[in-house]
Amino acid sequence: MASPVAHAAHHAPTSFIRRYIFSLDHKVIGIQYYFLAVFSVFLGMVLSVLMRFHMVYPDAKVSLFEKLWPTGAPGGIMTPELYLSLMTMHGTIMVFFVLTTAPQSGFGNYFLPIQIGAEDMAFPVLNMMSFWTTFLALLVMVAAFFVSGGAPLAGWTAYPPLSAVGPLSGPGEGMGQTLWIISIAIFCGASLMGAINFIATLIDLRAQGMSLMRLPLTCWTWFVTAILGLLGFAVLLAAGVLLLLDRMAGTSFFLPAGLVVNDQILNHKGGSPLLWQHLFWFFGHPEVYIAILPGMGVASQLLSTFSRKPIFGYRAMVYAILGIGFLGFFVWGHHMFMSGMNPYSAFAFSVLTMSIGVPSAIKTFNWIGTLWGGRIQFTTAMLFALGFVSLFVTGGISGIFLGQPALDLYFHDTYFVVGHFHMIMGVAAIFGMFAGTFYWFPKATGKFMNETLGKIHFYLTFIGVYAIFTPMHFLGINGNPRRYADFTNFDFLGKLLPVHTFMTHAAIFTMVVQFIFLFNLFWSIKKGKPAPANPWNSTTLEWSIPSPPPFDNFAGKHPVVNHGPYEYSVPGAAKDYIMQTDPA
Amino acid sequence: MGSSITTDFIHGAPPPPGDTFGGGGEPGGRGAHRRASITGLMVLLAASVMFFAAFTSAFFVRRGMSNDWVDTPVPGILWINTAVLLGSSLLIELARRALRSGERARFNRYWTGATILGAAFLAGQYAAWQQLHAAGFYLATNPSSSFFFLLTCVHAVHLAGGISALGYIEVQALLLRLGPGKRTAIDVSAYFWHFLDAVWIYLMALFIFWG
Repeated sequence: MASPVAHAAHHAPTSFIRRYIFSLDHKVIGIQYYFLAVFSVFLGMVLSVLMRFHMVYPDAKVSLFEKLWPTGAPGGIMTPELYLSLMTMHGTIMVFFVLTTAPQSGFGNYFLPIQIGAEDMAFPVLNMMSFWTTFLALLVMVAAFFVSGGAPLAGWTAYPPLSAVGPLSGPGEGMGQTLWIISIAIFCGASLMGAINFIATLIDLRAQGMSLMRLPLTCWTWFVTAILGLLGFAVLLAAGVLLLLDRMAGTSFFLPAGLVVNDQILNHKGGSPLLWQHLFWFFGHPEVYIAILPGMGVASQLLSTFSRKPIFGYRAMVYAILGIGFLGFFVWGHHMFMSGMNPYSAFAFSVLTMSIGVPSAIKTFNWIGTLWGGRIQFTTAMLFALGFVSLFVTGGISGIFLGQPALDLYFHDTYFVVGHFHMIMGVAAIFGMFAGTFYWFPKATGKFMNETLGKIHFYLTFIGVYAIFTPMHFLGINGNPRRYADFTNFDFLGKLLPVHTFMTHAAIFTMVVQFIFLFNLFWSIKKGKPAPANPWNSTTLEWSIPSPPPFDNFAGKHPVVNHGPYEYSVPGAAKDYIMQTDPA
Repeated sequence: MGSSITTDFIHGAPPPPGDTFGGGGEPGGRGAHRRASITGLMVLLAASVMFFAAFTSAFFVRRGMSNDWVDTPVPGILWINTAVLLGSSLLIELARRALRSGERARFNRYWTGATILGAAFLAGQYAAWQQLHAAGFYLATNPSSSFFFLLTCVHAVHLAGGISALGYIEVQALLLRLGPGKRTAIDVSAYFWHFLDAVWIYLMALFIFWG
């Protein structure tokens, strides 16, 4: 257990503002990030259902649309421009304010310091600033809906020329696109602050005995994710500055000469839209791992705990995490096969992309190896962790197709890509968040979430997401283009419309199901069954302290770590788990 | 950051055999906080290097892409600015040396000198921009001038951050508040300042050789 040597415990601040709003406590900041992401994910989800609705019922007159977007939906019928703005905002909000925010900044902030035995993050003030800067970025992003012309149209990747030429190119490309760039720049700053904290905390504030090879795999993934964020967001920030200058200051970094937009010749020359793509995807591909790596950590932690077995191949898992992080920086070109690329470069990017399959397969086999012969406890948290593995494999396999230039040329602008990245980056990561929520909720609140509601939510969501995203692969193989607002005017797509209708209904169904989770979350905060300090018989440090944890985590004591993170079912041991702080 | 600077830590159980990495060992102590501050700075510098690397990559790609690149003349005042910046770094090192030998008054003089030279560098950069404007080079004139103004401006923003750090130490020194806890802040500010020297020399090389 914790070292007997203690000093005076730190007391929590008493004023409401210091305690809950501008808090320096990493746990409160983690919860703030979590709820920012919960708000964002519901907003993003509603946007996606509006898009799916429009694709299937493009002529439907909905008076609410007209009230919300008088110019975007005149007479209640959504314009293609409005559809594109919904698509842009859905992607942006989901990627930045959900997938980057909750798994890393939310769960990581709350649990990384506790899991390594620290009182707090290394720089609590920076931590607080990082959250409030993220909040500001979200406000600026959402403000894009309300400015003249509305939200931008250029997608979450903001490819120039469309994103760089201003209001000439579409209604959202004026102030809306400018706010988009500013919001992303602010977000980059926030992420850099967060990354500095995560890295310094993990390197320097580990408890005695917490060697690198005793770190829970969650900590490894948060650490590598922080490094990816650090290097990636710095480049995105630079790209954003260049894009903003092209828009506002008349420079020509990304805009070529002789560009004619709406019959008007633009006064730019010599720039290249491809330059943006290189800079963007140098960030963009690591961003995929920023979203998914923490989910891998959570899945590893939960599969071990609920199989009552040590994680299979701990060191291999660590090296696989490092390998995925490292290789993630050398594959950005596979997003650009269609943009025109020397075939030799494409070949190199393709081989490097395929090579990520090796550490990914190591992780998958080790997860299965962990489950093999285990005494599996099908808690809701475990079900979501299993769901994560399933979605990761499904989404990963379609990635092998897309990583080959010859196939990508066909698939690139089709729904195959939409299916692929939603499976692996979207819902797999979100399943990681659900798993983490059910697993750590008792620690953060001292109460359980309702398991029956949780299981209903899991099974319906699992069926729902497969029903939405599996058909997209078939649509893609049939040549169904992505980013189109309406398919009804194309003969060759006519036979696919019933599939779209099915997916839209599945999306509405899955959205409704999410309210079960939301209800469960808030209901359990108030009325959940009381949970003991270590309800899952887990081994890591957060389970050695009361629930909810004291303000300074270990109540003034310094834990000493004597064991690895996953010592379950050790032969000869009194219990089927040995906590990291148990005597050697 | 109060909670991590705490009272002395007395070691608990020895680390297990074969544990070469150690894990902290002193999570609540000042030593851990100092190490974390220096790690934090190194991480910040890594991000900054990536930021400038991204611009550099764009610089070379854009330069090789079209025939509209017209080299921007390097204003002569930049050589004076370079000397001023290097001089400020030298003064910072002299100040740290003075502090190590307990000469607080000398520390204050050197540190103040370094801060003033830092501000002088910024003023010199502003003068360089004015000279280029007078010669007809603006941000959007051609890609070379775009990069010149952009990179010098980004460096100046970094430098303004550095001057705030120097200014903070300056105020603490004048208020006689330079306890041992502030040594870390001094070291971190000094390393950051030297890093900005290195970035500036790199940028000068970029402007001179690839314009």
